Amino acid sequence: MDTNELIRSLAADHGWRARPVGIVLAIALALALPFTMMMFMMRLGMRPDFMAATGNPFFILKFVITLALVFASAVLAARLVRPGAEVRKVAWLLAIPVLLLAGGIAADAVVMTSPWTKRLIGTNSLICLSAIPALSLPLLIAALAGLRRGAATRPMLTGAVAGLLAGGIAATFYASHCIDDSPLFVAIWYSLALAAVALVGAVAGRWVLRL
Amino acid sequence: MREREGEWTELMRSAHAGDGAAYHRLLLAITPVLRATAQRGLARAGQPTDQGEDIVQEILLAVHLKRHTWDPTAPFGPWLFAIARNKLIDALRKRGRRVFVDIDDFTDTLPAEPPREQLPVGEVGPHLEKLPQRQREVLQSIAIESASIRETAAKLSMSEGAVRVALHRGLASLAAKLRRD
Repeated sequence: MDTNELIRSLAADHGWRARPVGIVLAIALALALPFTMMMFMMRLGMRPDFMAATGNPFFILKFVITLALVFASAVLAARLVRPGAEVRKVAWLLAIPVLLLAGGIAADAVVMTSPWTKRLIGTNSLICLSAIPALSLPLLIAALAGLRRGAATRPMLTGAVAGLLAGGIAATFYASHCIDDSPLFVAIWYSLALAAVALVGAVAGRWVLRL
Repeated sequence: MREREGEWTELMRSAHAGDGAAYHRLLLAITPVLRATAQRGLARAGQPTDQGEDIVQEILLAVHLKRHTWDPTAPFGPWLFAIARNKLIDALRKRGRRVFVDIDDFTDTLPAEPPREQLPVGEVGPHLEKLPQRQREVLQSIAIESASIRETAAKLSMSEGAVRVALHRGLASLAAKLRRD
């Protein structure tokens, strides 16, 4: 087939229209969500004092941070699969969860409820490190599958952002189980867990998101 | 160069609005530029430039299959060049070379005509053989025998819808086969 023949067949295929990638991504994540919820319900569940904890601003802050991360990485991912789209203009969105966390740490330092070493180490850091990646796995697979519909000219970066998106949703679930509310704890252990998911996303993205 | 890209954007907007002829014209218009770019990339990597047509076909398939990621309010050039650059780097890497491809390579490129003696065939041909029968028949009918969708449907006693589906799937699996190469 020479190039003009190929072009003829491409032109004939013109009537076909694909759904916008953002919608495909949202549908894929919605389909994976029940799996993550099921894993969460069966292995973790909400913390027993959930209702009482909602009175603690540091508990609420955990959700604000993780949801800000979900929002920022979703916007970024949708840009990254549109070739030529300005990415730098929205990259600053990722600073929102970081700044919220920094503010939380500062406020926590002022309040000082317990020694900082205790707040940092917390009570279940190892569960945090394993639960967030595990919960994010179905979501990461879904995010990568959804983003494949787009055109990622930077597959590794796109995969890493997909990892942050999946990890952010997983962390939101985990935050309702975790009894460590200190922003210091979140800064260390949630970040480590999220970095692991982002790394897996980057490596996977390199393979599955190639144009 | 700006003018050329402006024309492309207009054509792509018409194509987006459903004008198939504009889409055909657009693909024909960008091909010489893609060809020159591919040849220049190969030359710079110290590779024979006669493989350029494979890269051109790969870029065209990617442009086609990812056209829904183009934003109709944005210019077409940057979108096209981001895809072309990505495909070119990939193709050079497959040949064992790492080459930095600058965006200016595209904007300054003068169109290149295919060699006159013989139209370049590209890699797509051999892959066509490996497609499922229906997809292959539909592609051959439309691409090589230049039949319309309706004529192809009549010839293969399929519905027009089934021809469209087979055509699209055939093109998508051709692109996947090229990528795996």
